[in-house]
Amino acid sequence: MKLVVAVVRPEKANDVLEALFRSDVQGLTISRVQGHGGETERVETYRGTTVKVELAEKVRFEIGVSDHFVEPTVKAILASARTGDVGDGKVFVVPVEKIYRIRTGEEDRAAVTPVQVVAAGKA
Amino acid sequence: METPVIVPADVAFMLVATALVLLMTPALAFFYGGLVRSKNALNTMMMSVAALGFVGVAWALLGYSLSFAEGGPLVGDLSKAFLNGVGLDPVAPVTIPQLLFMCYQGTFAIITAALISGAIVERMRFAPYLVFITLWSLVVYGPIAHWVWGGGFLAKLGALDFAGGTVVHVNAATAALVAAVVLGQRKDYARQAILPHNVPFVLLGAGLLWFGWFGFNAGSALAANGIASLAFTNTMLAPAATLLVWTLLDLFRSGKATAVGAATAIVVGLVAVTPAAGFVSPLGGIALGAIAAVPSYFAILLRARTRLDDSLDVIAAHGVGGSVGALLTGVFAIKAWNGVADGLVAGNPGQVGTQAIAVLATIVYSGVASYVLLKLIGVVMSLKAVTKEEGLGMDFSQHGEEAYADGEGAILVLQRPDSTASEGAGALAPAAQGGRS
Repeated sequence: MKLVVAVVRPEKANDVLEALFRSDVQGLTISRVQGHGGETERVETYRGTTVKVELAEKVRFEIGVSDHFVEPTVKAILASARTGDVGDGKVFVVPVEKIYRIRTGEEDRAAVTPVQVVAAGKA
Repeated sequence: METPVIVPADVAFMLVATALVLLMTPALAFFYGGLVRSKNALNTMMMSVAALGFVGVAWALLGYSLSFAEGGPLVGDLSKAFLNGVGLDPVAPVTIPQLLFMCYQGTFAIITAALISGAIVERMRFAPYLVFITLWSLVVYGPIAHWVWGGGFLAKLGALDFAGGTVVHVNAATAALVAAVVLGQRKDYARQAILPHNVPFVLLGAGLLWFGWFGFNAGSALAANGIASLAFTNTMLAPAATLLVWTLLDLFRSGKATAVGAATAIVVGLVAVTPAAGFVSPLGGIALGAIAAVPSYFAILLRARTRLDDSLDVIAAHGVGGSVGALLTGVFAIKAWNGVADGLVAGNPGQVGTQAIAVLATIVYSGVASYVLLKLIGVVMSLKAVTKEEGLGMDFSQHGEEAYADGEGAILVLQRPDSTASEGAGALAPAAQGGRS
């Protein structure tokens, strides 16, 4: 099991979501974050006060996946988040010790395997 | 020729009406600004705000003369350019100083140019936009205002346009359509959900527009009299009827009455009643407002399924609403109320045809002239922001500001007091957070 953490451009977040869904990655968490990488500086001016904005807005994806899902997940993110300019972000793949699904108490691989729609709806 | 007289009551009323109409442009900034994404909020609002400056000055220097100087049937001459001879004396039959009349009409030119921006927000570069609206107010708005209000051919034809249904709304919407086509779509249009970032702003803008519109319509009587009161009444009742019908359409179609829909309905009602305000009875106004809701409502639904990225539905609200209003003016006009002309319901079906001619003439001229203007500007400067600028947001890429900056990670750039002006960035404050470079 791995945790895939990706920090991407906010304007690419929708593209990444779409690419992940196409790759059958369904469980994920996103948050708005600010970060600093190698981006060229942004200069803004408010009434004669000029500032360099050193933190850029980013969106962070956190996706817990079973091992065989790591590659398609990362590939989907790389392909969809890339613009080719500095500041496209990073993908981190982190080992995970334990995963629990809160609703059922399922552990590890079972906890990150999506429930079948039929089972969730009717059973 | 009657001797020109100044009527103090009229002057007082028109001073207030002029200020009311001027308020509509910042109101439009809120209406449009709330409808776009947060990264484009300032740019969208600036498109309206800038019109106050650029079109305002162009109007005083040239536009007023092109619209209201003697001239011919198509355009005024330059005898009043640079406010030549525009002073404190009235020009009969108007009973207010010509200077005030110039200001009042100027507020119309400003809002008309600003209306166009709704079709090209989130992608048009700011500098070419400024060039476009400034020239447009002279080349397109000036002549069309002359046709209808300056003694041009539509006035002689007997077309009824009380406060600018064709001159302002059909005209702006046609230019908006052309601009949306010339500019092309936003990169995210029909690919991602593009949602309004601040619906309360939209409602605030719609409310302020309604408030200002009392000056727009009632003021178009140019006197504090009964016709002004009639126009005022219709300006209250017609949008109310549009709002009512729109809400019911929302409820029947989806089961939910939407706030953005309500704000849109108010604007559509106001647009539709604009040409009719001083010509129709109050009940006629209610009927007109109610009817006008339907075509605009479905035009918006239809537009969303097309490839035309008229981002804030200028065509559905102002083009369709304005055209329907102009035609219905020919239906509901009653001479017993307005003392000018009858429409279809009062036994004069020909008036509808005259109205249609006015709408068509406006569409043709505004469409062609706006297209040529945009293409010419496009030769000199690039009209559309590149994909990267669009992605970053127009606020940062065009203005170097953010609407909702939280200041985190912002490092103050100190300007050296002794450095020459062109020195550039200056030094970083050493104590600032971050500490890079």
